[in-house]
Amino acid sequence: MTLLQVENLRVTFPTRQGPSEVVRGVSFTLGRERLGIVGESGSGKSQTGRAILGLTPPPGRATADRLAFDGIDLRRATPRQWRSLRGIRMSMVMQDPKFSLNPVMTIGRQLTEAARRTASRGEAKDRAMAMLEAVQIRDPSRVFGAYPHELSGGMGQRAMIAMMLIAEPDLLIADEPTSALDVTVQIEVLRILDRLVQDRGMGLVFISHDLRLVGSFCDRVLVMYAGRVVEELRAADLARARHPYTQGLLNCLPRIEGGRRPLPVLERDARWAL
Amino acid sequence: MAPIDVSGLHVRFGEVHAVRGVSFRVAEGESYGIVGESGSGKSTVLRAICGLAPISAGAVTVAGEELGRRRSAGFHRRLQMVFQDPYASLHPRHTIDRVLAEPLAIHGFDDREARILRALDEVGLGRGFRFRYPHQLSGGQRQRVAIARALILEPRVMLLDEPTSALDASIQAEVLNLLDRLRAERGLTYILVSHDLAVVAHMCERLLVMQHGQAVEELTRDGLRARAAREPYTRDLLAASEGSRPAESSP
Repeated sequence: MTLLQVENLRVTFPTRQGPSEVVRGVSFTLGRERLGIVGESGSGKSQTGRAILGLTPPPGRATADRLAFDGIDLRRATPRQWRSLRGIRMSMVMQDPKFSLNPVMTIGRQLTEAARRTASRGEAKDRAMAMLEAVQIRDPSRVFGAYPHELSGGMGQRAMIAMMLIAEPDLLIADEPTSALDVTVQIEVLRILDRLVQDRGMGLVFISHDLRLVGSFCDRVLVMYAGRVVEELRAADLARARHPYTQGLLNCLPRIEGGRRPLPVLERDARWAL
Repeated sequence: MAPIDVSGLHVRFGEVHAVRGVSFRVAEGESYGIVGESGSGKSTVLRAICGLAPISAGAVTVAGEELGRRRSAGFHRRLQMVFQDPYASLHPRHTIDRVLAEPLAIHGFDDREARILRALDEVGLGRGFRFRYPHQLSGGQRQRVAIARALILEPRVMLLDEPTSALDASIQAEVLNLLDRLRAERGLTYILVSHDLAVVAHMCERLLVMQHGQAVEELTRDGLRARAAREPYTRDLLAASEGSRPAESSP
């Protein structure tokens, strides 16, 4: 079943040299699955994720032929409709918990604030504690009373995920949710996300620059280059990628097994951006 | 300049005991890796070697000479460091020319003009970059400037602190190739710190795994490839570097 439909999404920013299009006609549909969007910095992957939630920073503008979430046309959504969607039916996890948590509020207060949107006051606190346990925080009552600076990066990111999932959204957009974390913590956070997708039947858009990680975690992968999707493929078929950019991204990674020295360097072709 | 001998190194910052008794030895011309997660003390070891962190106990000996609190200008010329974040390690209001001219002036080098041009050529930037500012360069280009700044003093040892972790994968490959080529051409000694086992396996012949300020295990590259890690923590790191397979493993 289709949760999200995106057709010909474009995001434009005005510059002194005229309008600059950073997302140029992206189309995809998402069911209750894990979709990865991969690309290098500047490929437009984060702007794609933000545009879906209507969070294109001004003066940027997002347009699309179709942008529908569960049958709701997001292009014509009123502020009131957005409020009933964001943080309740669709949420976003950002890269760095240091910048996305409120530094002067305890984790507990921030979580209850999020929970209060769909629950009563008494229930909100229980939901918050239960959610902290669901993201495998060992001592939830300590974390509940802690300020963000008292937590490690991995802990903060778990608290952030807990906050985004407390309203049990149907769609979660995760923008580099694990890039600021250590590899062993990264795997734990991915397991948590994965379980939530499976248990709650959530749709997940996982945005990352790490092709290997996305390939091992997602069901389907979109590869973006210069604002366009250059290749879409099943994650299992990543090794059989056809587009030279995808192949280049895979090949330029060093491997523990070793092999090529010097590493193959990505030769960019001006035609990919056309 | 080498060998570099670190024995029983402790670093304390007030209450915080960042490095707790780390020992290793790096031979001349070798490339040695230090791997660990954030807070493991891996960068602090590098900083203690070059004098940016205090040696609270233990000794660091370079070419038979034990390092004290003050080091000679000659020491700093022969041992140079490249930092993780090229967005932070270059002065935003100095041109590339000034960034490269400053170490030359400090160490009293002659023929500065030619040295700057040569350094830019060597890191593959070209002379057109000489009078630009850091904000006009991409991340990979800035890291090349940082490498050129270290290289311009003709050091024998380079301390590399996560030199590619702020860069995209394709740019990382270019910078690693550059570092590899420079080492081969000049017979440099590298100590490279990274959280990425694959990068260390690619660049270094031997490596040290660190956790909580302590050395967990020393491995050769071949040992790493054969998965011959004895310590559970090293095995966890290796498993995590393979990526995630949650769909199969979850019940």
